[in-house]
Amino acid sequence: MITRFLWQGMDRSLRLFVLLVLAIGVALPLLNQLTPPDSAFHVPAWLLQLMGKYLCYALLALAVDLVWGFCGILSLGHGAFFALGGYCMGMYLMRQIGSRGVYGNPLLPDFMVFLNYKELPWFWYGFNHFWFAMAMVVVVPSLLALALGWFAFRSRVTGVYLSIITQAMTFALMLAFFRNDMGLGGNNGMTDFKEILGFSVQADGTRAVLYFASAVALALGLIVSAAVVGSRFGKALTAVRDAESRMRFLGYRVEGYKLFVFVLSAAMAGIAGALYVPQVGIINPSEFSPANSIEAVLWVAVGGRGTLIGPVIGAFIVNFGKTWLTGALPEVWLFALGALFIVVTLLLPKGVVGLWGQLKARSQAKKARAPA
Amino acid sequence: MSSRSTSALLYLSGVTVSFDGFKALNNLSLLVEPGEMRAIIGPNGAGKTTMMDVVTGKTRPDSGEVVFDGRADLTKLDEASIATLGIGRKFQKPTVFENHTVRDNLVLALAGLRKWHSLLLAQPSKAENDRLAEILAIIRMEEQQHMLGARLSHGQKQWLEIGMLLAQDPKLLLVDEPVAGMTDVETETTAQVLREINRTHSVVVVEHDMSFVRALDVKVTVLHEGSMLAEGTLDQVSADQRVVEVYLGR
Repeated sequence: MITRFLWQGMDRSLRLFVLLVLAIGVALPLLNQLTPPDSAFHVPAWLLQLMGKYLCYALLALAVDLVWGFCGILSLGHGAFFALGGYCMGMYLMRQIGSRGVYGNPLLPDFMVFLNYKELPWFWYGFNHFWFAMAMVVVVPSLLALALGWFAFRSRVTGVYLSIITQAMTFALMLAFFRNDMGLGGNNGMTDFKEILGFSVQADGTRAVLYFASAVALALGLIVSAAVVGSRFGKALTAVRDAESRMRFLGYRVEGYKLFVFVLSAAMAGIAGALYVPQVGIINPSEFSPANSIEAVLWVAVGGRGTLIGPVIGAFIVNFGKTWLTGALPEVWLFALGALFIVVTLLLPKGVVGLWGQLKARSQAKKARAPA
Repeated sequence: MSSRSTSALLYLSGVTVSFDGFKALNNLSLLVEPGEMRAIIGPNGAGKTTMMDVVTGKTRPDSGEVVFDGRADLTKLDEASIATLGIGRKFQKPTVFENHTVRDNLVLALAGLRKWHSLLLAQPSKAENDRLAEILAIIRMEEQQHMLGARLSHGQKQWLEIGMLLAQDPKLLLVDEPVAGMTDVETETTAQVLREINRTHSVVVVEHDMSFVRALDVKVTVLHEGSMLAEGTLDQVSADQRVVEVYLGR
């Protein structure tokens, strides 16, 4: 039943794409570990870390696309779910530091000792267990999405108004997390992580495993999204996107559909954030910044919204561009981002993936026109 | 549920709806019997569409009773529940799902599964496929079944929408101006189709086109300024002095 469900939405190109993601997930760490540093095939650790980051961004983009591309909910606050997942992972990693912190307190993280905390706040309990933290990575963003979606979708808040609410949510969370008395590290956030499951976060082997885990998470995200989108639920979902009131008059309770994808999407974003944090080594409130969420939407637009492969490709293209430009010509990056947005909106309404389809249609039309 | 309070399939009594002081419906009462087909006519602004909105749950009346099938109080239910009770609605402008194939449009309309969790694992059943084949034959769209809704012509969309109503299999069908923008031949065909549907379903048709209403040959209700002005056969209401005044002006 479940395997059938997971298999039903996958067409051939998506199967190949998932295999490609997994192949890259295996190949890069192996090339990093098994080849000597002077070999032409050697993948340096920095590249592995960079690619790991991009894989997490790609999963976030996929989550955004699931609600925006397939259900028409333009969320400008998905960065919040990503950051919450990241914070849950950060709390676990903080508690693994133990007495090796600067202040050597076996129970309290450094920032709490610095802020004169006497005991661990209640919401830090349990985060010393890996399984508990991993559950929270999914549960916390899902609950927030459930609460927000419950009120918004039941009150039939749609379109721009919903986008503004999601944007306000991530902004409010950013302000809250900046406060020191939130007990989550204030504006410095959490960093100086030491170990994950007993392995050093800095070690090349751990990085390779984290990178591989990100690739697996992205592949699973693609498979689950494809299953949801390919089911009859997915058909109803895109119908809700295209003609919501028509679906109501057919007897569909639209809120349930929206709520399910919104929560699923938030959970995916949370997992992406949790994998991101140990690879970059820090989580702070700037991850909640509205600009991050908007950038994620841009990745989806560039890659092709309403497709599953598009957001992954878009996340890689834009972030490669960002990494390269902010290094080579830092002052140009924001202009390039703006220009990219205009170009995509005007010329590529279906993104890079759509361009492929356009070119194919054009060459077919040419062939059809040519005299036989 | 309590026992039936009326034998009528659709019962409207004293329904009033006002928008910013303007009364779109003013103390409107209307009865539709099971199996009946009723035509509703009236000049622009008479409240025809507002009446449909009230019955389908899109608009809540300020006062009055709206009862379906003698049991269900429609003023307390939302669009989805009312549709599930068995009231289907066809809009003036054909609205099909443009990014879905003809077949998928029908699948979504098929009576039965509506809950999000039951749709996640739903597989097409034999009964469903048979029913789809039947409907595709009735609306003569077997060859277009894998075509996207967006690529259909205006007439084909009208047909698909009728097919979707058949798939939905409602007890009562509300049809809003079905022949707007149609040729004479298409109008005549549509009248035939509606009579065909009326054999197994109750139908309420809102229409401007008098020749179409004549072709339907059913009881007519004339609305004016949100209330009922006259009721009877088309000949009876056409002879009514007040109806003539409303339509021709004083």
